[in-house]
Amino acid sequence: MAHKGKNGSEEKVVFVGDSRVKKGNGFITPPDYTAYPGKSEAFIPNFLLKEWMVGVVVLVGILVLTISEPAPLGFPADAGATVIPIPDWYFLFLYQYLKLPYASGDYIVLGTLGVTGVAFGALLLAPFLDTGRERRFYRRPIASSLMFLSLVAIIYLTNTAWTEYQHEMAETGQIPEDVQREEKAAENRAKGLPTTSAVQAKDIAIVDKDDPAMALFKQATCVTCHAVDLKGGAGPSLRGVGDTHDKEAILTIIKEGQGQMPPMYETAMGAGLTEQDIDSLAGWLAKQKSEQ
Amino acid sequence: MFKNVYNWIDERLDITPIWRDVADHEVPEHVNPAHHFSAFVYCFGGLTFFITVIQILSGMFLTMYYVPDIINAYASVEYLQTKVAFGQIVRGMHHWGASLVIVMMFLHTMRVFFTGSYKAPREMNWVVGMLIFFVMLGLGLTGYLLPWDNKAYFATKVTLEIANSVPVMGPVLKELMQGGTIVGAETLTRFFALHVFFLPAVLLILLVGHFIMIRRQGISGPL
Repeated sequence: MAHKGKNGSEEKVVFVGDSRVKKGNGFITPPDYTAYPGKSEAFIPNFLLKEWMVGVVVLVGILVLTISEPAPLGFPADAGATVIPIPDWYFLFLYQYLKLPYASGDYIVLGTLGVTGVAFGALLLAPFLDTGRERRFYRRPIASSLMFLSLVAIIYLTNTAWTEYQHEMAETGQIPEDVQREEKAAENRAKGLPTTSAVQAKDIAIVDKDDPAMALFKQATCVTCHAVDLKGGAGPSLRGVGDTHDKEAILTIIKEGQGQMPPMYETAMGAGLTEQDIDSLAGWLAKQKSEQ
Repeated sequence: MFKNVYNWIDERLDITPIWRDVADHEVPEHVNPAHHFSAFVYCFGGLTFFITVIQILSGMFLTMYYVPDIINAYASVEYLQTKVAFGQIVRGMHHWGASLVIVMMFLHTMRVFFTGSYKAPREMNWVVGMLIFFVMLGLGLTGYLLPWDNKAYFATKVTLEIANSVPVMGPVLKELMQGGTIVGAETLTRFFALHVFFLPAVLLILLVGHFIMIRRQGISGPL
């Protein structure tokens, strides 16, 4: 099977018997284009290189489009949101068609199966419906005019769907969500806030915000690391700390420290708290549970 | 060196005819835009394939970040879009490529239709081509949901309602695609599986058939 050419010294070896590789029948004979007048050329490399040049132009086009028009992204899906549903543009003609009086409501079967089914079925089986030998479109008036008619209908329906959508958006004063998201992100970026629109983990509320222990929490300098809103800074968030620690455990951490946190008992006493105060502070922290 | 390796493999597997079948054929003048500019209409099929390759490659890179569940899908797309280096470009290529592939395929279909190239003996290749068209539309439909934003969610709801209105098969079809009684977590994973595994597999099989048939039959002659 080593192909050494016509006058190669080696015989062509063909595996037979135990080999699973079939003896090939040689090449698929390419159709002979000498029947057509003109200059044909080899697919590889001559024609493919030319085609690749067209490909490069298209690729640059896609990249320019990509950079100038970023892919849209709206807000996270929310079943309660008021959004006018709109499919991707190439489904608009079908979408609009199924809104027509005789393709919706009581006639929905006519819409989904009748006309749509017949149209797509005819397209699928076109070669078996249009069996004549004539290939030129102007000599095939029925096939060509049906296709022209379909094209006009598709363009009309697509345009109507889009115009109606734009009109509806304007009427309800809605702005496309991807534009809204971009604006919101730009605003937040200017303020130095996070720009994400993704759904964040639920905020755990502070339990008993008006408890006097809240004041003790500030006085005992806990806020330096755990922040006034208990959301943490240098230290971890204390919201919901009661889920994992009881009062005793919290007292132990205050007295002995934990991880990077030094023992804070002395510091708290120095800031003017009494043993009683620290006890009620620990009790209040132990009440910080995420679910009441 | 390279030749020796090639010969070693060729002796065992007889690979020469395989690539010769792909590479060794003549392109007739009437489809070559270098000779007749109007022959550019014969480029649309090749460009459809080219953009399909772009879609497959960009899609592969997107799955490095995309998470198909309702909590993280949006966040992962947003992260990809706004934080990942070149993420916006890759997602943009996939987004715009999806539209362009439909445009190119449409133009290719129109070329084949109006030049009557689907006529005997190429009927089967037309049918396979139309099936490719439907698979592409399916890819567009399933891919539309994946960012899991409001536009995707409500469009999919409408799509499934339309599927539901098909007589007899409708409700079954809807539940099969939806994976339950609401558009939710199960719908997203199903659409993801369809978009990334099922439909591309069908597409590749059909494409192979499409190309083999072209090689067997050659390009249709001049009008």
